[in-house]
Amino acid sequence: MLGETTSLEVRTPEGVSFSLPIASPFSRCLALAVDFAVVVALTLLISQVISIFQSSVSEIPLIGPILSDFGAGATILLQFLVFTFYGMITEWLWSGQTVGKRLFRLRVIDESGLALGAKQIVIRNLFRLLDILPSTFYLIGSVSCLFTKRCQRIGDIAAGTLVIREITPRAPQLEEVLLFGENSFSTQPLLEARLRQKTTPEEARIALDAVSRRNEFDPESRLTLFSRIADHFREVADFPDEVTGGLSDEQYVRNVVDTLFRRAKV
Amino acid sequence: MILDLDKFITKEKPFWDELSQLLRHQNEDPGRRPSLDEARRFHYLYQRTGADLVKLKTFAGEAETVRFLESLIAKAYSQLHETGGEAIPFRPLQWLTKTFPCTFRRHWLAFVLSIGTFCIGGAFGATALSLNYELKADFIPARFSHLNEKPSKRVEREEKQDFDAFQGRHTFSSQLMTHNTKVTIMTMVTGFFWGVFTLILLFYNGTLIGVVMFDYIADGQSVFLTAWLLPHGSFELPAIFIGGQAGLIIARTMFGWGTNLKLRQRFSRIRGDLLTLITGAAVMLIWAGIVESFLSQYHSAQFYPWKIGFGAIQLMGLILFLTLAGRRSQSDDPAV
Repeated sequence: MLGETTSLEVRTPEGVSFSLPIASPFSRCLALAVDFAVVVALTLLISQVISIFQSSVSEIPLIGPILSDFGAGATILLQFLVFTFYGMITEWLWSGQTVGKRLFRLRVIDESGLALGAKQIVIRNLFRLLDILPSTFYLIGSVSCLFTKRCQRIGDIAAGTLVIREITPRAPQLEEVLLFGENSFSTQPLLEARLRQKTTPEEARIALDAVSRRNEFDPESRLTLFSRIADHFREVADFPDEVTGGLSDEQYVRNVVDTLFRRAKV
Repeated sequence: MILDLDKFITKEKPFWDELSQLLRHQNEDPGRRPSLDEARRFHYLYQRTGADLVKLKTFAGEAETVRFLESLIAKAYSQLHETGGEAIPFRPLQWLTKTFPCTFRRHWLAFVLSIGTFCIGGAFGATALSLNYELKADFIPARFSHLNEKPSKRVEREEKQDFDAFQGRHTFSSQLMTHNTKVTIMTMVTGFFWGVFTLILLFYNGTLIGVVMFDYIADGQSVFLTAWLLPHGSFELPAIFIGGQAGLIIARTMFGWGTNLKLRQRFSRIRGDLLTLITGAAVMLIWAGIVESFLSQYHSAQFYPWKIGFGAIQLMGLILFLTLAGRRSQSDDPAV
């Protein structure tokens, strides 16, 4: 995105802040392709069903041609209705999701992080007629997505909506958060107390964050990062060699985190 | 202070799980209305989890748990602060007799500008044709090529033709409804570009009508023209003007004259009015499509007075409806 903002930061009236990841134009394109396929399939289905109806009534004397013409008119109307209302109905039923968005775990929400209102759903889908131009190439919508901070097409701007990536993180398992095994620092309660006393919350947070995200780093960055953090903590509390001997920098930082975030064992 | 993460998560996790479960139930059945006690419990859990999130971010920052709590709070926040005012109440009679005409009148200036632009386009088309008749073919698009025929010849041919009241009429009617609805929505949504394209669309459509009207009047076919266009045009053209009116409301919102509100706040104020106007226009176009297909194309000279009478009554009725309906209950909400 040229307008680049990757997440929506929300601050609730209660003073709590959270962020929601904004969907990329690419994932939106994929969802759109699926929705387009669904709409095409529905319109084909409608025309097939009606053509069966037409062929079965066309031979009826007097009213046959009228019913057949009625079928042709109904096909045009129903296809128009599917094209216009598909997005509105699915987004209303599934709280901001269409078939494509469900598949790619995207959701339309209000710009303030709230659930979608019915008027917003209708407006953003009416503006699709403008976003798909020229013809059905979605050029206007794509340009708008690329140049707005929150990747909004014109329909989103008018309706006050945006599309986010839905992430459903697992509930935290305590054992996984602090699963470090034996902590050799625990044999040095005085030094552990000193470490707790001297470490600021920010330093503790950096160490915990590094440990919990350790598998996300590439090997070189991981070594460098843990080396720097371990060096920092060695200056705070210098544990003797019999405790730190053979410990890698990463294990050292794990021990520090374990010391800081677990209750002191009596 | 550094958080005792072990103790903290052990103590708080049951509350997070409970909130998560309530959210799951709500998601499975969105129409469900919780009891007062359930709502209170939900609010308590939301506040408690929010406080936990703040605490965790400030004193620990364990990324995975923070992400989990953020996701929980985001879902609970959207449930608690659901935009109830954004719902569309289903009261068709009230909408028809009050909401629609009152909304129309609230933005009368935009309607006048819409109709004015169309008329200027019409005058331009008529003037251009009066100066150079050869331009007719250039003005009329290919899909309306049948209008290139000399009006008197068409009238002579059409008046002799038998009219099959049903053959092809449903198809034609559906095509008219969908095409005109698309044009009207397009006239509205192009207002986003500061109204420029709305005005161009209105002017262009006006030019076409101006050319056709001048052509028929100059050829002495005024009665045929009126009997042909008035029955459906008395609804179809006002519907397109209303689309233009909605487009100009959007244009004004884009400019933001006379307000220091942000764009999203300005749009949030007009959303209801836009929906009302475009729905009204769509209803009018459905009726116009039926009339055009089943009545307007019936060109028998003996029925001209009936057709003109029908169109005139319809037009008068529409004018009275839009200017008078719902006046007693009209609020004095200022236009945005």
